[in-house]
Amino acid sequence: MSSFSVTEPSKRIKWFAGTMVILYALITMIPLAWIMMTGFKTPPDSISYPPKVIFEPSLEGYVNLFTTRTRIAPDDLAALPPPETWYDEIVRDRNMVIAGPSKFGERFVNSVIIGFGSTFLSIFLGTLAAYAFSRFKIPLADDLLFFILSTRMMPPIAVAIPIFLMYRNLGLSDTHLGMILLYTAVNISLAVWLLKGFIDEIPREYEEAALIDGYTRFQAFYKVVLPQAATGIASTAIFCLIFAWNEYAFAVLLTSATAQTAPPFIPTIIGVGGLDWPAVAAGATIFLLPVMIFTILLRKHLLRGITFGAVRK
Amino acid sequence: MSDKSIDRVAAATPAPVARKIRGLSDRAIAWIFVAPTIFLLLAINIFPLIWTIQLSFTNYKANRIGREVKNIGLRNYERILTDSDIWLNMQATAHFLFWTIFFQVLIGFTLAWLINKKFKGNDLWTTIIVLPMMLSPAVVGNFWKFLYQPQIGLFNYIVTWFTGAEPSSFEMLGSVDLAPWSIVIVDTWMWTPFVMLICLAGLRSIPDYIYEAAEIDRASKLRQFFTITIPMVLPFLMLAVLFRGIENFKMFDLVVQLTGGGPGSTTELTSINLKREAFEKWRTGYASAYAIILFVTVFGLASIYVKALNKVKER
Amino acid sequence: MKHLKLATVSALTLSAASFGSAASAEDLTLCWAAWDPANALVELSKEFEAESGHTMNFEFIPWPNFADRMLNELNSGGKLCDLLIGDSQWIGGGAENGHYVKLNDFFDSAGISMDDFAPATVYAYSTWPKGTPNYYALPAMGDANGWFYRKDWFTDPEIMAAFKDATGRELGEPKTQKEMLEIAQFFQGREIDGKTVYGASIFTERGSEGITMGVTSALYPWGFKYENTPGSYDMEGAVNSPEAVEALEFYKEFYKTATPPGYTNSYMGESLDAFKSGQVAMAMNWFAFFPGLYADPNTGGDKIDFFVNPPQNQAGSTLGGQGISVVSYSDKQDAALEYIKWFANPEVQAKWWSVGGYSAHNSVLQDPGFKDSAPFAGDFLEAMDAVQDFWQEPAYAELLLAMQKRIHDYVVADQGTAQEALDKLIEDWTEVFEDEGKL
Repeated sequence: MSSFSVTEPSKRIKWFAGTMVILYALITMIPLAWIMMTGFKTPPDSISYPPKVIFEPSLEGYVNLFTTRTRIAPDDLAALPPPETWYDEIVRDRNMVIAGPSKFGERFVNSVIIGFGSTFLSIFLGTLAAYAFSRFKIPLADDLLFFILSTRMMPPIAVAIPIFLMYRNLGLSDTHLGMILLYTAVNISLAVWLLKGFIDEIPREYEEAALIDGYTRFQAFYKVVLPQAATGIASTAIFCLIFAWNEYAFAVLLTSATAQTAPPFIPTIIGVGGLDWPAVAAGATIFLLPVMIFTILLRKHLLRGITFGAVRK
Repeated sequence: MSDKSIDRVAAATPAPVARKIRGLSDRAIAWIFVAPTIFLLLAINIFPLIWTIQLSFTNYKANRIGREVKNIGLRNYERILTDSDIWLNMQATAHFLFWTIFFQVLIGFTLAWLINKKFKGNDLWTTIIVLPMMLSPAVVGNFWKFLYQPQIGLFNYIVTWFTGAEPSSFEMLGSVDLAPWSIVIVDTWMWTPFVMLICLAGLRSIPDYIYEAAEIDRASKLRQFFTITIPMVLPFLMLAVLFRGIENFKMFDLVVQLTGGGPGSTTELTSINLKREAFEKWRTGYASAYAIILFVTVFGLASIYVKALNKVKER
Repeated sequence: MKHLKLATVSALTLSAASFGSAASAEDLTLCWAAWDPANALVELSKEFEAESGHTMNFEFIPWPNFADRMLNELNSGGKLCDLLIGDSQWIGGGAENGHYVKLNDFFDSAGISMDDFAPATVYAYSTWPKGTPNYYALPAMGDANGWFYRKDWFTDPEIMAAFKDATGRELGEPKTQKEMLEIAQFFQGREIDGKTVYGASIFTERGSEGITMGVTSALYPWGFKYENTPGSYDMEGAVNSPEAVEALEFYKEFYKTATPPGYTNSYMGESLDAFKSGQVAMAMNWFAFFPGLYADPNTGGDKIDFFVNPPQNQAGSTLGGQGISVVSYSDKQDAALEYIKWFANPEVQAKWWSVGGYSAHNSVLQDPGFKDSAPFAGDFLEAMDAVQDFWQEPAYAELLLAMQKRIHDYVVADQGTAQEALDKLIEDWTEVFEDEGKL
């Protein structure tokens, strides 16, 4: 009869809770906002004290991120033909000329190749294994599953010691293939656990009906189960991608140039004489943005992903 | 139904024949599906682990190719377990573990409790709060280093704004007393949302009727909180602590970027120390023993903890 | 007829020459640290590209990661670098572990003589075992740790008068380490042009080699020695001598009383930042940066001057600098050697100095005009006369990391006494040498 419910909080409590949470959210965003702002400062503005909240935006950080520059004497500078592009002009204002592109582009591409490569492989192998664990009786299945999970408990540095030696012998050091295999091995535990959960939720009756219709197991798997598991596979893939994208320890130990990804590279961005914080911030912004977007897309499955499927909503 | 040829063939084939065409038994398929994963894990996890165990009994150095490798028994283990500097690293790790978990549980639970009050727009704000934990710890650590700069960083100015202390009068990363807290702050900033999300799931799993029954029994709100909310959320909370515990025991990227283990060795967590031994000093044998000790420690602690967790769940 | 013949011959030689270079045109990669001289080398190398037909690529790594990354690369047998300008301390490991190509035969055949290079640089950058005629690198870049200061402040009458009042001395370039500390303490916290400034920025970095390079700039002038007799690994009484203890205490006092706040983990980049942003009166850094500092529009020119690391009980400077080596894992060693041959050319060396690289070639250093060719050239020669280097043993990384820890624990993290720090350092080093079978 009455709409009153004991579990529905009062208006005042709601207002209070809302204010507190929004306050926390705003505080938590300050560092991120500061990274993005710093990317649009000039180097002197970025290290001025007290820190500048209001400043004249500049693209110098982004220009510095993508170029290498050399300082030249003012006389030589004056002798040069006038700058051709807006970025030339920014660099000239600092008594420098552009010497060439920086390595950031390459490192970013490496991140993309290794991230997507390992994600594809983990999902491919993980889906197969998860299906088998979900549908068939596998001897020692629980032990095997726990074994798969336990590989995530090792500190990455500890894992990296033998991997380093192994890759050195196999010639896989600093190669894309080596990093893809390694990230796949790390991600596969996540993929198997998550996907097993998603596949468990698909009623067996669907496949059984298909089998009775004369489908083979294989057909039942890819015509019935896969489409049903599509959302689960997609969100698992994003989790794998984010891990590979963010990974630092293996990357810093096992790659030096050819296959180096962005996370070990960004902290080493320096300017010509002294740290170039706007360039670092610009690199960080470009690097963090995709993950932010993914997080927003993923929000429904977030919990499940970060707890290896232990908590489902 | 479908008019793909394969389906038509399948439909037209008499059952006994079809069974033969299906060919592979379920068991065979199961193994074919699982084998690549097992193989990959054997090659990239188990084989290296066995190799590490073997190396841990030697004096091998990966940067000295021509040098004779000697089996030195348990000498590496003995050296590590009696090294007072390594115990200091363990203490730094324990400090980091304890306080990050403490703050994350405290703040995370409070936030979850507030969000569970279902105010308008709580979904949007939850998503915003969650962002930090999805970011690359190395990049975040590197940037927090900038925020912590005493002269030019934002952090000190914000503290100044609240307390009035000179912004250049304290150094978060440089002072022995503050540095261990500086890493706790960043980790808490990053990972509180993780605990929050799990707690939120716990809170939402409590059915309304339990509260309604309590209300009928005239239990006070406070009493409801301690007798219903906390016990029901506890298994979730413990799970969150398990995950954070394992992750922070392995902590490397964030702290190495923030402090590099300094000042002195005050924030040199075991992973950072292990990295120095293995990849800077290149004492491979010694570092392998170190790695095994760490692995056994995490595994042991986690197993004990999981047992406790299961007991709580059973109640 | 004769004309025609000549033409044919020259055409043939021409085509042979161009064919030869076309067939062996390689993509060479040179690895070095990312700093001003590296940019200068890129410019210089354009001539080599034009002459040889090879293409030069560069992989420059920031100093804090340089050793880590490059040693990792060498230890994993990587082919990233064909040429490596590696730090002086790596030579032992580079030679013994077979990372570097031995250059003796090549020097003989290419007519390069090590007598043409300054003896201190050959000793430090090229030889292993130390001082023997076994060469694994060509001296590429001479360097030492030196100082620079705000000349405009040092010559400001008001500041000069205040200094005289405070200390009874005239303000000027310090003649001893202790004078330098006094000057730094004088500037610490002083208001200049409405800004609080500080004494000096010194090296305190923990992760790579920073604080060791900084503290040795105090240890060497006090008379610190690694061993009682060279080659004996007998360190007791040398490493922890009373002079060493005093020097270490001095460095800590310097850090505590005369450096800007927040410089607890600072190395080259931070030192430059502190100076260029007008925070400090003096700063320690490698000579390699001096050309760039002198050219700086804000704090360079007549606002800056330079001095050699001041003596105390004796003269002493910390050695920096690198030799250029050919990496033995490279598939393009011949082309890499061509580069070294080109680089050793006296004309190229002269140009190297003019664009900001510190040539170690005698024809450059002994040129009568050298001393006046830059405001820091004379200081550089003086520094190179009294340089000392860290251990260059194959186990140098272990030795260095032990020192980083012990010194940083004492100076920055306030743990124990100077005596204890050095005693513990001897223990650490003894353990390393025992592992090496040298003790």
